[in-house]
Amino acid sequence: MSLIFEKSKSGRGGFKVLRNDTPLNKEFPKKYRRKDLPLLPEVSELDVVRHFTNLSRKNFSIDTSFYPLGSCTMKYNPKFTEDTASLDGFRNLHPLIPDISGGNSLSQGALEVVYRLEQLFLNITGMKAFTMQPLAGAHGELLGSMLISAYHRSRNEKREFVIVPDSSHGTNPSSSAIAGHKVIVIPTDEKGYMDFGEFKKQLSKNVAAVMLTSPNTAGLFNHRIKEICELAHSFGALMYYDGANLNAVLGKVRPGDLGFDVIHLNLHKTFSTPHGGGGPGAGPVGVNEKLIGFLPFPKVVILKDGSFGLSYPEKSIGKVSPFYGNYAVLLKAYAYILFLGKEGLIDVSEKAVLNANYIRKKLSKAYKIGYNHTCMHECVFSASEQVKQGIHAIDIAKYLIDKGIHPPTVYFPSIVKEALMIEPTETESKDILDYFIEVMLEIAELSKFNPQILKDSPVTTPVRRLDEAKAARELNLRA
Amino acid sequence: MNYTPHTDSEVKEMLSDIGVSSVEELFSDISPDIRAKSFNLPEGKSEFEVKKYLKDLSEKNSGRLVSFLGAGFYDHYIPSAVDSLSSRSEFYTSYTPYQPECSQGWLQSIYEYQTAVCRLTGMEVSNASLYDGGTALFEAVMMALRVTGRKKIIVDSGVNFIYRSILKTYISNLSVNLIETELSKNSVSSKDILSLIDNDTAAVVFQNPNFLGTVDDYSDIVGFAHERGALAVESVYPISLGLVKAPGEMGVDIAVGEGQSLGNYLSFGGPYLGILACKKKFVRKMPGRVVGKTVDVEGKEGYVLTLQTREQHIRREKATSNICSNQSLCALRALIYLCLLGRQGLRDLAQVIYNKTEFAKSLIESIPSVEVNREILTFNEFTVSVPKKADKVSAEMIKKGFVPGFPLGRVYKGMDNYLLISVTEKRSKEEISKFAATLKKIL
Repeated sequence: MSLIFEKSKSGRGGFKVLRNDTPLNKEFPKKYRRKDLPLLPEVSELDVVRHFTNLSRKNFSIDTSFYPLGSCTMKYNPKFTEDTASLDGFRNLHPLIPDISGGNSLSQGALEVVYRLEQLFLNITGMKAFTMQPLAGAHGELLGSMLISAYHRSRNEKREFVIVPDSSHGTNPSSSAIAGHKVIVIPTDEKGYMDFGEFKKQLSKNVAAVMLTSPNTAGLFNHRIKEICELAHSFGALMYYDGANLNAVLGKVRPGDLGFDVIHLNLHKTFSTPHGGGGPGAGPVGVNEKLIGFLPFPKVVILKDGSFGLSYPEKSIGKVSPFYGNYAVLLKAYAYILFLGKEGLIDVSEKAVLNANYIRKKLSKAYKIGYNHTCMHECVFSASEQVKQGIHAIDIAKYLIDKGIHPPTVYFPSIVKEALMIEPTETESKDILDYFIEVMLEIAELSKFNPQILKDSPVTTPVRRLDEAKAARELNLRA
Repeated sequence: MNYTPHTDSEVKEMLSDIGVSSVEELFSDISPDIRAKSFNLPEGKSEFEVKKYLKDLSEKNSGRLVSFLGAGFYDHYIPSAVDSLSSRSEFYTSYTPYQPECSQGWLQSIYEYQTAVCRLTGMEVSNASLYDGGTALFEAVMMALRVTGRKKIIVDSGVNFIYRSILKTYISNLSVNLIETELSKNSVSSKDILSLIDNDTAAVVFQNPNFLGTVDDYSDIVGFAHERGALAVESVYPISLGLVKAPGEMGVDIAVGEGQSLGNYLSFGGPYLGILACKKKFVRKMPGRVVGKTVDVEGKEGYVLTLQTREQHIRREKATSNICSNQSLCALRALIYLCLLGRQGLRDLAQVIYNKTEFAKSLIESIPSVEVNREILTFNEFTVSVPKKADKVSAEMIKKGFVPGFPLGRVYKGMDNYLLISVTEKRSKEEISKFAATLKKIL
């Protein structure tokens, strides 16, 4: 499909700009003026509408396809939550309003949302305080790492290392490094858990924190998690909970009760805010007593008279984002939690785990399972049996596309060779799962008897397999 | 009734296929001693109840005031087509385009976004966007540190205080020498910056128009920085680029900016859009996702995520940035907005804003006790000194139905009596006139 820039016709007008109704018409001084107009397309509104409508049709999405992308939690996003974020009183509200003199009374409703959502998060996680500032999960990790540094600094300790298991999301070591830590990687044992012996060996008073995802990326809940927390604490290290997979255990277990000191939530996963093609997300961070004082400012607080205001705690590490996080995303998560309530959220986790185990069981004869154990919200298979026929995880992925299914996450976690990481989510019915299972079993057969069909897929898409090496070698990043 | 689609008989069937007798059995790895101590949430509500509750809360906010508050975040008109197209669920309910064959819509859109950003800023390459303008500024600074191997960063005090605050937070754990210039009387600090740039400087960071609205030509500073091996980083206000000299025209190395003004709502602080574009020679040091054009097995053109070897999912602790997402939906809105406006539309819009701002300036400067600095060029925002504390003026004006702008006392020393006033195309002649008359009345 041609680019919108290629549809441009010199002199064609698009949107009608508001006119200048003042008597002034001044020329902007030449010395400071840009020479040439930016080469934006000259197209009509209909050109734009048709172009982007047609582009949208070239995407798989939750609303069009089953999307079992492991670790990303592609669950259905209830439509009404979109409406709440579009309410004029929220979407046209300037974020500096509560900060200016006389403005606080004009933002009470918006501040109340932040405050009430924090109370819900405290109940859900067992933590003691939250900040909504982080704009994505990885941003929450970075803030968490910075809070950990601030904590140790306040105790006149300089701790260099952060421990992460090799099954962690890539953002864990990356966020730690950007916050100034060195990373110690612990291997995974044969059962799929962080190797406990190796972990014990690496713990020292030079470890600032241990970052864990629970359930981990293999979909397993580590039954020794409390022991790990206690052991880390005995060395003065803090425990970081990567909340990427909290959606599996809502109401079952709370990171605060386990002894975690700092956690982040991915609202686009657990609380079903849309992923938006890659963003915006939101990654609120929760802490216990040890870290409350360091949270970013401004903090939304309830004042003595019951109204809501901002506070700037003295020991705060500062700002990590301009205001109160991705506010419109917070609104959608708030609406989702209020709508589902206690029983609804518990049901979400139960059905997510039920669905994943159903797939695990049904596919375990045809595919090698990563770790043979009851899983939580996702299960990881390996295409290693199929590799014997020359079929790789990527071939399986591409054939699924031809069958109208978005592929699972492939080649992650790297602890499982040729990984296929499947997260069906709770909003998918048994009928859909059965269709997926049927296609996966068909692929297992095809890999034995007609592997070329898999190698040649996809054939139903606007383009077929793309040359990624060429893209990186001969960079073409713009028209 | 459950929200999830499972019927009771389906649950039974699934459990029996799995080989367990209850859903609870699937959670047996979570032993009783570590179970949640409480889960004290309210009962679920109906869709109607939740919507009504939130609508009531939304109406407790300031919808009806006439606002002249900007300070880097602006209330522009957003054409309906932006909402309508970005609300297509094929866009907003999909994820990062890891599987290019079934994500060409997104990938092409991002490629077009990168193109539009390059053309707008006059830069050579753009990434697929970052969280917000502040993060983009921080990432640009990190990039300059990587490129030069130096540790000194000079930041002009005309850079938005929010970005400077974010930058300070981020670098507090890193060994970086951050120097902020003093704000000079005319709020243009070129002279001061020049004396600070030396052979240890990794980057000089400035904003145009600066936080106080002042427009300048930074070509000399950029040239001076280059002679000393430093990079020039500019933070832009995208709408101003319909008129104001683009970073590329001044030789800037990395252009960043808050893209909220391009078709994204104020939304009480987010989601916004971090723009980052740079010279091609730095592309492999650039953070964030990026889309490239390539061909498929049949030679047909298509798009993929590229340069992923810089990223955290491959490089882990050695990645250029920990960011693993982009603000796709906000970037898409910005792209649609720019396409609707087109090249002449953006110029026209910038010209209307400039004229309305100058009109506001002329009315306000005619108030006897008020001073406006006429020596400096501004675009959409300007400072005025008032005869009493700007905080007081703000509170009084709000009572009269106007948000008069941003009181500058808490950002700059000695500016307690200054207000930063912003005008967008949405403010009519009548509103501006009433605003000036009301201001006159209360002073």
